Amino acid sequence: MIHNYKRAIQDIRDHRFLNAVTIITIAISILIVSAFALFFVNANEIINSWKKGIKIMVYLKPDTPETKISELIRKIQHMDGIRDVRFISKNEAFQELKKQMKRQSSLFENLKENPLPDAFEIRLKISFQNQEKVEILATRLESFPQVDEVEYGQRWLGQFTNFFNLFRLTGYAMGGLFFMAALLIVANTIRLVLYSRRDEVEIMRLVGATDSFIKAPFYIQGLIQGAFGGIIGLAALFVGFLLLSSSMERGISPGLFTIRFLSPGAFCGIILGSTFVGWIACYLSLKQFFK
Amino acid sequence: MIDGQNKSSIIRLFHVHKNYGAKKALANITLDISKNELLFISGPSGAGKTTLLKLLYLGEEVSEGQVLIEGINLSRISHNRIPFLRRKFGIIFQDYKLIPTKTVFNNVAIVLEATGKKRRFIEKKVKSILRTVGMEETLHSLPPSLSGGEQQRIAFARAVVGDPKIILADEPTGNLDEVSADIILELLKRFHTRGATVIIATHDKELIRKTGGRVIHLNQGYMQKTINV
Ligand SMILES: Nc1ncnc2c1ncn2[C@@H]1O[C@H](COP(=O)(O)OP(=O)(O)OP(=O)(O)O)[C@@H](O)[C@H]1O
Ligand SMILES: [Mg+2]
Repeated sequence: MIHNYKRAIQDIRDHRFLNAVTIITIAISILIVSAFALFFVNANEIINSWKKGIKIMVYLKPDTPETKISELIRKIQHMDGIRDVRFISKNEAFQELKKQMKRQSSLFENLKENPLPDAFEIRLKISFQNQEKVEILATRLESFPQVDEVEYGQRWLGQFTNFFNLFRLTGYAMGGLFFMAALLIVANTIRLVLYSRRDEVEIMRLVGATDSFIKAPFYIQGLIQGAFGGIIGLAALFVGFLLLSSSMERGISPGLFTIRFLSPGAFCGIILGSTFVGWIACYLSLKQFFK
Repeated sequence: MIDGQNKSSIIRLFHVHKNYGAKKALANITLDISKNELLFISGPSGAGKTTLLKLLYLGEEVSEGQVLIEGINLSRISHNRIPFLRRKFGIIFQDYKLIPTKTVFNNVAIVLEATGKKRRFIEKKVKSILRTVGMEETLHSLPPSLSGGEQQRIAFARAVVGDPKIILADEPTGNLDEVSADIILELLKRFHTRGATVIIATHDKELIRKTGGRVIHLNQGYMQKTINV
């Protein structure tokens, strides 16, 4: 094993150029894929913070008896996707409204009675926060006889979420594509390395080396190239991130968004992924070469 | 099949033919080589000397006939046993086959690394064999920076560093001046005395005369005569 490591390091030294090309190829692919990842992580964050605001308002018919109300609360609470239900009595709502409209208090003076209905404010579980599911829920809520009207604003958010999901799908596809491209390019580079060293491989075989002995340093090189490519790619991304976030802070209103870098978990995941790319590319080209 | 196998035969060829496409390189070679024999294969250029050696270590496969090494039939050997077959041989290739990007030390050491020897052992053994061939100064040189004769001595060092049972030497003195050639010859004889079977392919009559042993003469792929010098 120590031998193999030494041979791998020696090999990298002896073939600096091709190794550098391989590492740079991996680094660029990782840069592109992880830039996508970074974008989605941040976009997701922002959307989730907006989504917290998604709620359904259910307005009840006037003079719904209290017993019916508590029965309704129980029923709604047992429906799928409901996080919590808050009952807002018409008095509560009226006080709230008055508070919000202090300046126009004269408006309320002429009112003989409270015109507002009793209502439920319903918040949804994360997994139910999309257009379709909200619509289904709303229809079901409307079907209760005591319910007068169901309102769920922010239709645009739903649509935006759908659009974003489509975008994310494209992102996954692009990520997958770049992964494949990196794999093929690296496999090809390693094939090139193998091809340039076919005489050497042949000589090693003639002096009694087994195929696994010959392959071992290539595998180690593949792992090293993958890991280094990943680290360099992420380092480049981090530099880009610092430049971008500092210019954003100076530019658009500070504090509106805080963009974050990838989590340590994602960071490790990407490096593991790129190490895997190096290894699998090696595996593929060796398999073909030693056929 | 081959029967009545001679116990002391380490190599047996039985009606061996070798064609490269339409070109006949060897025809109907039957030959027994005993353990610890010193054998010369002579003949003009293109006679098939190198080809004959290649058939022994599976550098090429026979077109017809059988080759047995220590009783193992090479046409039946499985792919993953080939490296172990080759470890029986120490081969000085006619074109040396040194790895140009590896240092002299690493070129020689690879034989021992491939068999999983310990680093310290390798270090000692390689240095000692390079001293023996007078090349200890070139440890860190790359083969292309050495003269033909120097490369040949490195090739010799690599061939014998693993203490092989059989040494195949293809024109081992082809590039050497008389003094260096004599040194190599002495070394081959020394390994022979220690028990190795040594097979030397050469067209150098002088070398054969100086050494003595069985000589088989090839011409255009046919074994013409066997003489003992
Ligand atoms: N790989 C090959 N493909 C086709 N023909 C070959 C191949 N190797 C050898 N030959 C032919 O086989 C014949 C025998 O070649 P071989 O190399 O065995 O000769 P040799 O006796 O070693 O000659 P020399 O003394 O020049 O080394 C020659 O005619 C050569 O052209
Ligand atoms: Mg020859």
